[in-house]
Amino acid sequence: MAANSVRQTPWTTVRATLKRPVVAGAMLIFYIVAAVVILSSLDRGNLWFPFYSTLLFPTLILSPFFVLAAPVQGWFKGVLVVVLLFVAIPYLGMRDTSYLELVIQICIFAGLALGLNIVVGFAGLLDLGYIAFFAVGAYMWAMFTSGAPTVFNINGWLVPETAFYIFIIFGIIVAAIVGILLGLPVLRLRGDYLAIVTLGFGEMIRVIANNLDQPINFTNGSQGLFDVGRPPIPFFMRDGVLTAERMLGLSITNVEPLSQQLLFYFIAIGIVAIIIMVARRLDNSPIGRAWTAIREDEVAAIAMGVPLVRMKLMAFAMGASFAGAIGVIYGAKQTFVSPESFSLIQSISILAMVIVGGMGGIRGALLGAVIVTLLNLLVLKNLSLQINALRNVDFIVPIINFRIQNWPSQLEPAKYERLIFGLLLILMMIFRPAGLLPEPRRRMELAQKKEEEAILGEGASPAADVLNDQPTVTARPDAEQA
Amino acid sequence: MLDAGRSSLGSVSARSVLGWVYRFILFPIGQMLVFIVGAALVLTLLSYLLALLFPEPRPNISLMTQVNRQLPGMIVSGITIGFVYAMIALGYTLVYGVLKFINFAHSEIFMFGSVVGFEVMQRLAEGGNLPGWSPVLLVAFVVLAAMLASGLLAVLIERVAYRPLRGAPRLVPLISAIGVSFFMIDVVRAFQAITRNDFNLTYPLNNLEWIRNPVKLAIGEATVNIRPTQFIVVLGAVVTLIALNYFVNGTKLGRGIRAVSQDMATAGLMGINVNRMISLTFFVGGAFGGAAGALFGMNVGTVTPFVGFIPGIKAFTAAVLGGIGNITGALLGGLTLGLIESFLNGLLVYFPVLGQRYTDVFAFSVLILILIFRPSGLLGERVDEKV
Repeated sequence: MAANSVRQTPWTTVRATLKRPVVAGAMLIFYIVAAVVILSSLDRGNLWFPFYSTLLFPTLILSPFFVLAAPVQGWFKGVLVVVLLFVAIPYLGMRDTSYLELVIQICIFAGLALGLNIVVGFAGLLDLGYIAFFAVGAYMWAMFTSGAPTVFNINGWLVPETAFYIFIIFGIIVAAIVGILLGLPVLRLRGDYLAIVTLGFGEMIRVIANNLDQPINFTNGSQGLFDVGRPPIPFFMRDGVLTAERMLGLSITNVEPLSQQLLFYFIAIGIVAIIIMVARRLDNSPIGRAWTAIREDEVAAIAMGVPLVRMKLMAFAMGASFAGAIGVIYGAKQTFVSPESFSLIQSISILAMVIVGGMGGIRGALLGAVIVTLLNLLVLKNLSLQINALRNVDFIVPIINFRIQNWPSQLEPAKYERLIFGLLLILMMIFRPAGLLPEPRRRMELAQKKEEEAILGEGASPAADVLNDQPTVTARPDAEQA
Repeated sequence: MLDAGRSSLGSVSARSVLGWVYRFILFPIGQMLVFIVGAALVLTLLSYLLALLFPEPRPNISLMTQVNRQLPGMIVSGITIGFVYAMIALGYTLVYGVLKFINFAHSEIFMFGSVVGFEVMQRLAEGGNLPGWSPVLLVAFVVLAAMLASGLLAVLIERVAYRPLRGAPRLVPLISAIGVSFFMIDVVRAFQAITRNDFNLTYPLNNLEWIRNPVKLAIGEATVNIRPTQFIVVLGAVVTLIALNYFVNGTKLGRGIRAVSQDMATAGLMGINVNRMISLTFFVGGAFGGAAGALFGMNVGTVTPFVGFIPGIKAFTAAVLGGIGNITGALLGGLTLGLIESFLNGLLVYFPVLGQRYTDVFAFSVLILILIFRPSGLLGERVDEKV
């Protein structure tokens, strides 16, 4: 600080001005208002609409993170975030439902990322089958309300749609139980084995869901459960939409679906808020510290009296229960649940969120969820839409003279999410293993590691690792024994 | 190890030639035979036991006659797929032996091999001179091309995605490997989308006369159709496995790999270039994955960029079953798992509730059971974690 104040360059003056709470606050307000106004005035018919919305929407959705990082007072941050969540985004959603849909998806994935963050980030158990618990929640609600010819439907065991909120709680409980059941046999395994086994469990749940239409039809097999029930729209939601329509002078034709979407939006925000709260409390509790101890050094943790099995099971159960609750919401929102939605790629995408944001941090997991979901559902999708739009008008890219119509039809960006996830994982691991918003303890750890490496010299780093490692079974030549 | 050193001095006596033939050709073949016969015998006994316990799982179907009729067929297909698993499992095991790290991207190296095999054959077919090739030469050419491509890819992956992470916590390279795996799938997919606009890559085997006619074999009431591709898989696998055994146990480079896998630090102090040995290990493991991919592709006919996942997981299961880090274990695990799978495929059909649909789940269950009850595998040694 002292060094900076000695030289008064124009840049430092600008920075000092920007750091004043009033200026920063005004800029934030201007930024958010500008983003909302520009976004809501975009014309869907425009040829370059996908391109513009890809540029603008992330700026709005990422603004809470700027708000939280800005040098303004706490209450002001709170007000801004609340206004953003309860005014700006619903308003935008009324103008264009696809944005609302996107935000709901982001909330769903944020909940999942926070849940996985407990298992992977807090307790250090790499779970590649996390989507299984999500599937448990989604299937639970879907089985009891679907119009598909399942055993529940045929025997009239369906539950009324008002039971949705109770089922969120059921989802939490059942997913936690499944988490404990899956966790019990695998907890003795070391990190990398655990990853493969959880991957196996995830695939098993998918295959079972795929095949449980015989002999008794529980899941309707690969056709999936359709006509899943949705929670009834409360009267104030519909009234609210109508009032907003009158006040803002909009003409909303789809009041019913819009209020439904808004309801899901508020439910999802509520659940994510609860999850954030629980995760924060857990992190600062004896349980959270026990998880950290297990993550850092399992043997040392046992030696210090941390009940290993109970704590690991608890991490599994907590992570799973979040996914279960989110799964119930997902099932109701999509009104269609099929095994396809719960494949390995989903587990990996959630892992990518946790890693991009920063393992072990709550804000990091949220940021990761926003970034990865936007990449997947907005950027890639809009790229496809843009290419198709340009294909229809026979656009020729200037300079390189490339006819968009020559773009191979199979090369549709929306279907290349694996490329993005894979690249993200590799690049993050190589260049920023602690994530974009690193958790303080992890940042310390990595810095320490680097120091050690610097002391040992570069050539010695693999050797140092081996010295710390246990001697393992090696490829022994059998012929020698003969 | 000492033996290999002495024979490389060049004292060629009849005794040492015989010893060499025994060590590097007869012994590995014998080992494979023992594993196959052992696993097949145990599974045969188990299926007869099953037939005694459930004589009629479905009305009017006697399990005993079905077992009698299907037994040779199940064994043949089990051996075929078992060799493929064994060859992929070798890649996991070699890398694990040296780096103590599960190379999650190995399934994609296998996939890459199968795609390269397809590309080579397709290019030859498009040139119109595919039928002119002699079968042995064609297969050898395709397999060698796939081996080279996959081996180089594995070295590249190690260099780019794993080497910068050496010394990091255990989960870091694993996550990077998962990333590589997903990245590879879509890169191959994009490449095929651009060049062929199709992801289902069908090997151009139809215009090859010799590959179409299966060999009929009749044993009692059972008849087996052995496809020539199955011969190719088994033969190719046996040849490459013998070559690997020689490479690891009979050459100086192999000795280097073994030294690095036993103790990386000491090997480095003894003047072994550790990084080069690791690259070499990845090359060998990748080459085996590629060979398995090409052979697998020729056997099943159609491959896609997604073809790697299930065989990859099963081969990993095989490696763990045999004891990860142990080359012989990979062979044993692969053959055992292949035979188990083929028996299950053949027999589960007769049980109404189960059916074939759960065979993939079964491989996972095997993996979980082994990891719970014998994490070190069949041939592995038990090692406790040291603090």
